[in-house]
Amino acid sequence: MTMQLARQSAGTATAPSRRSWGYTALAVLFLAVMLFPVYWMVNASLQPNGTTLETSWIPLKPDFTGYATAISEQAGNLGTSLLIALGSVALSLAIAAPAAYALAYFKVRGAGVVLFAILISQMIPGIVVANALYTAYNDLGLLNSIPGLILADSAHGIPFAILIIRAFMNGMPASVIEAARVDGAGHVRAFCSIVVPLSRNSLITAGLFTFLFAWSDFLFALTLTTTEAVRPVTLGIFQYIGAYVNDWSSVMATAVLASIPAIVLLVAAQKYIAAGTTGGAVK
Amino acid sequence: MSLTTDVSRTASRPGTGTSRSGGGEAQASRRRTRMRRERIFQWLFLVPAVVYMALFFGYPVVKNVVMSFQDYTTATFFTGEAPWVGVANYATVLSSSLFSTSLLNTALFTLGSILGQFVIGLALAVFFQRKFPLNGILRSLLLLPWLLPLIVSSAVWRWILDKDSGALNRFLGDLGIIHTGVPWLTSTSLALIAVVGVNIWIGIPFNLTILYGGLQEIPDELYEAGSLDGATGWKAFRHITWPMLRPVVSVVLVLGVVYTLKVLDIILGLTNGGPANSTQTIATQSYDLSFHEFKFGEGAALGNVLVVISLVFAVLYLRASRRAVDE
Repeated sequence: MTMQLARQSAGTATAPSRRSWGYTALAVLFLAVMLFPVYWMVNASLQPNGTTLETSWIPLKPDFTGYATAISEQAGNLGTSLLIALGSVALSLAIAAPAAYALAYFKVRGAGVVLFAILISQMIPGIVVANALYTAYNDLGLLNSIPGLILADSAHGIPFAILIIRAFMNGMPASVIEAARVDGAGHVRAFCSIVVPLSRNSLITAGLFTFLFAWSDFLFALTLTTTEAVRPVTLGIFQYIGAYVNDWSSVMATAVLASIPAIVLLVAAQKYIAAGTTGGAVK
Repeated sequence: MSLTTDVSRTASRPGTGTSRSGGGEAQASRRRTRMRRERIFQWLFLVPAVVYMALFFGYPVVKNVVMSFQDYTTATFFTGEAPWVGVANYATVLSSSLFSTSLLNTALFTLGSILGQFVIGLALAVFFQRKFPLNGILRSLLLLPWLLPLIVSSAVWRWILDKDSGALNRFLGDLGIIHTGVPWLTSTSLALIAVVGVNIWIGIPFNLTILYGGLQEIPDELYEAGSLDGATGWKAFRHITWPMLRPVVSVVLVLGVVYTLKVLDIILGLTNGGPANSTQTIATQSYDLSFHEFKFGEGAALGNVLVVISLVFAVLYLRASRRAVDE
């Protein structure tokens, strides 16, 4: 490895390094094409109201009326989404972390069956779950309620969180936990004071993703609410674009506000996001 | 509760049993109960997850099967009665002219999306194997389309693809390629293509990330040995990269199919299944039946058809991932 690096840096003068910056330029071009819609969303959100005919390519004179409308109409929905997403993170981690521990450390009988069920659960279409939940929620009075949506939205996060945390706990040294047990710590104490702090990174990764999953949920918001009482922002956007749109700047402003968690997490928590994308998919 | 204190307690009370052999038996049975208690305790960690999975995945699947054999409508919510109708729901759903349209659209949507996502994702993954400045940051920024809420992406693309003032038509118009607005989302012949295009855009980051990871696992020595034998460029890709990447490829493709089959958000956001059902898929039609026409029985029947299709791919997935683990 070091030899290879040495060879590369020794044998290269100006030409290859110029070439490698050429690759960077090409990569920036790819990125620009891929992220154009995101740019366009921000650009359109800063256009003055009403004049949809000629959106300028660059927001030279940014106009914030779109945001004013978005906030006045969607602030409550954004709050609802935030509440549901945070609730889903708490519920998902509370359920997934002990389960991952049992699967990784105890190797309980039936662990294989549970893992198999988690994999199969990924094949079940959301509409099938929603169809059945609607009737059950109707009987239980959980329609149009935040707890109802927290419970349903966690269906996106819990299987994923179990897999991610378990993959991490598989690599945790058993001796540390055994040492604590020998010192007289019970299962619950050992879990809370040893396992949880040790798995901090995987818990953060799982938490971030369950937040994004619940925040982005549209299907359960659409099917498990029937009134205006509880309305996540995804449904607010859908309502905007469901009718004929003549005020794109406030739609795009709402879209920008709804994108903030994804953008912030990608920039601020890149390490965890990278761990989540590779860990959850293949394992 | 804890094992060690129990052991010391029994050890400090020697000979309290009636006879030595009886004491041994009692000790053995105590150990057995302790083991059983230990096992129950371990299971308790798993119980919440099992209960949750049973309620939010197991129950819906079973309930859907039951509902699909019932005449389950809005009236059911008031009367509580859902008469058994046998396979009538399946007969209605499968024989409707819309079903063949939805089935074809589902196949085209899935195939087109997977093909586009995979080819572009693989090309980008190979490209990012090169060492150049800012590689890591640029690659992780490419994840953004995948992390945005799907309904946000739908809204943005709807505006970009707008016939009269969308960015795409203006761009093509400025280049002189088109002279009148192309009705991307409102023409029956173009809407499905546009929806597939948007879904490809969403799926590229996922494919790129997983395939990039797979490519990183291929040892450099293979390429070095290959280059001695004259395998460089395309030849190296064909004879070294592709065979080594195969297990990851099969996982990516099958996962992609399973995820794409159940896509609902993007289609509802972009076209709502229209115009004239030209983007209606099995998933959107099932939603429509249940939540617009309130024929929950028929919606359930169609949902089950989708489950069966997914399960076929699930079997493929499990076989593929087992092979990936083996290798």
